Amino acid sequence: MEATAVSTATESRENYLNINYGWKSWLFTVDHKRIAILYLASITFFFFIGGAYAGAVRLELLTPAGDLVQADTYNRLFTMHGVFMVFLVLIPSIPATLGNFLLPLMIGAKDLAFPRINLLSWYIYMLGAACIVYAALAGGVDTGWTFYPPYSSIYSNSQVLAAGVGIFIAGFSSILTGLNFIVTVHTMRAPGMTWFRMPLFVWATYATSIIQILGTPVIAVTVLALALERLFHIGIFDPKMGGDPVLFQHLFWFYSHPAVYIMILPAMGVISELIANMTRKKIFGYKFVAFSSLAIAIFGFLVWGHHLFTSSQSVYAGIVFSILSYILGVPSAIKTFNWTATLYKGSMSYETPMLYAFGFLGLFVIGGMTGLFLAALGLDIHLHDTYFVVAHFHYIMVGGVLMGYLGGLHYWWPKISGKMYPEFWGRLSALFVFVGFNLTFFPQFLLGYMGMPRRYHAYPDDTLWQVLNVMSTAGASVLGVGYILPMLYFAWSMKYGKTASANPWPASGLEWQAASPPTTFNFDTTPVVTWEAYDFNHVKELKEGNSASPQEQTV
Amino acid sequence: MAESHTIKHHPALKHHFDTMEQQREAGTIGMWVFLLTEIMFFGGLFLAYIIYRAKYPAGFEAASNTLDVYLGGFNTVVLILSSLTMAMSVYCAQTGKQKMLIVYLVLTLILGSVFLGVKAVEYEHKFEHHLFPAVGFYDWTHEPGHDPQLADQARIFLWLYFAMTGLHALHMVVGAGMLLVLIYFAWRGKYSPEYHAPIELGGLYWHFVDIVWIFLFPLLYLLGFHLGGH
Repeated sequence: MEATAVSTATESRENYLNINYGWKSWLFTVDHKRIAILYLASITFFFFIGGAYAGAVRLELLTPAGDLVQADTYNRLFTMHGVFMVFLVLIPSIPATLGNFLLPLMIGAKDLAFPRINLLSWYIYMLGAACIVYAALAGGVDTGWTFYPPYSSIYSNSQVLAAGVGIFIAGFSSILTGLNFIVTVHTMRAPGMTWFRMPLFVWATYATSIIQILGTPVIAVTVLALALERLFHIGIFDPKMGGDPVLFQHLFWFYSHPAVYIMILPAMGVISELIANMTRKKIFGYKFVAFSSLAIAIFGFLVWGHHLFTSSQSVYAGIVFSILSYILGVPSAIKTFNWTATLYKGSMSYETPMLYAFGFLGLFVIGGMTGLFLAALGLDIHLHDTYFVVAHFHYIMVGGVLMGYLGGLHYWWPKISGKMYPEFWGRLSALFVFVGFNLTFFPQFLLGYMGMPRRYHAYPDDTLWQVLNVMSTAGASVLGVGYILPMLYFAWSMKYGKTASANPWPASGLEWQAASPPTTFNFDTTPVVTWEAYDFNHVKELKEGNSASPQEQTV
Repeated sequence: MAESHTIKHHPALKHHFDTMEQQREAGTIGMWVFLLTEIMFFGGLFLAYIIYRAKYPAGFEAASNTLDVYLGGFNTVVLILSSLTMAMSVYCAQTGKQKMLIVYLVLTLILGSVFLGVKAVEYEHKFEHHLFPAVGFYDWTHEPGHDPQLADQARIFLWLYFAMTGLHALHMVVGAGMLLVLIYFAWRGKYSPEYHAPIELGGLYWHFVDIVWIFLFPLLYLLGFHLGGH
């Protein structure tokens, strides 16, 4: 390690990580960067719990017969997988970690507008998580992550209440994060940082926050009603007592469909940053990409009915929801085309973040296009509740969101930790994730198309079905390795990694003007912005005093 | 930027803001965004109300007529008055009338407490008459001349009544706690024409909770009249 001499020199510099030590300095911090790290650690923890549930599900499906677990246990496994992954991992993933860390840095602020509310949101998240962990330890929930009544409200004898309370509480953490981000973007921008000079990640995060503050309260009140129904049995959703179970589905999807955009929009923001910066080119159609984020946030609220095509919803409502869902494909397509156009004639480099970005592009297109299949009224009757749906939303949530999340973590890791991750292992992990992911989920499209329903622990003894299921389980193992690798080498790099310069890629954006890792208040003096977003002429000027560039390691 | 160091910082200015104006704006936008989330939170229940109201007009009429319009109307007046005193306290904070600020805040707190007291009396009546939708709900089906389905429909109205007014009352309790804090700091002389953002934000919250009641009162109490009862 020839970098040790450099690292000892720079490590003496004060930054947000070494300014003080001890658990108190972390648990009572109001520094947005430290809170991001708290979130990162907890989300990673719950990610591996959720992953373990998925592993058990895939093991059961190796053979057609239900031989590993009983049907009831299997129901609990896939439900807890969904609850952990959706509410404790995917929804907070990018906003609460990368968003928390980067938003103030990107707009040249010292912190978020409400630092104490930011810390509070982490504690609320952990409280909600504790309820869900309790539900898991006390036997789990068997309703599916969608909690449809009257099964969830009356008949299920699993831990619906504890999980519901957990989701209710964790929701407020999400609301507070969104509120904080919106106020920060409105009031904390540095002089000269106009709306149309903001990085696209900020636009995407802002759009996400709008969904968080408007959607999450609805799931909160829905879960509250479900809890009341379960506790007192007052007929809120029970058809026997005059209640309407489909009302729950409407309220649930009014939040839970936009929640998909809470997950994917920040990932899209990350991809915009990666593609513009790794091609060293101003992004194609900046305003279109920015406004498409807002369009997705707004139209995302108008399509929930496409989850109810088979739930006694009128055909006319179904037609409207179907058309609106197709319209929602337009802003997503605008983004995808603009990213592709940005790649054209860019001076690209193929480090790990870019590999993840490429993975995102391909998988998101497949996930998005199959979403249109499901938004088609006729086809959805055939595909509803089959593995086709499972494959589709995993292409978005895992292929899209987690690819973006991991790509972003690699890209900003030098800023977060002050260290470079090992490039070879990074590329290997990107390869493992891409191959493992496709091997896991592509066969599920075929299975679903052939009619294999979701949420069953056994399937007919058919050779083709078993081959596809074995492929899927094998792929899940490769995917697991792909996820464990980054965790190991990120931890390794904290101690042994090469010291990162302030702007190692080099990239545009204010966050790369701050030191790596930044000081507690981010900038020594409030920056004054005089250039447009992704202006690389400006970056060249910055690069003058920038000696320790890692570019030599690229082939 | 440079002159900001020469200006003496207000003691209430937090480190990550540059100016008092920026801090006040952040607080104001934050409160408005929070109120938006509140609208969506209550919105779920309003939606359930609309759907069941359209589905079960007869049961809703019968159940609405069990509510005490006079107590509800009295409470509406009390809340509107409390909004007036709250608005006056914001005015006093802006113009630096320290004593009147405390007087108006205390008045607002008293009016809020009166509302909660009346609400408690109303809830007690409901329990006495077995109209609480969960435990020991009175089964109307045994009474002659009643549609057996009416009990279920009325129960749906009553859970909506308890959920909506209960959630509203909870917000009133939080508001009362907030007023106590504001009164304490006003008494300590913390607020001035230069710094009174907490009073303004508290006012926004208080008015919001009042407005929710302005919707709840006709939907719940006056519905019986509207549907042709009495």
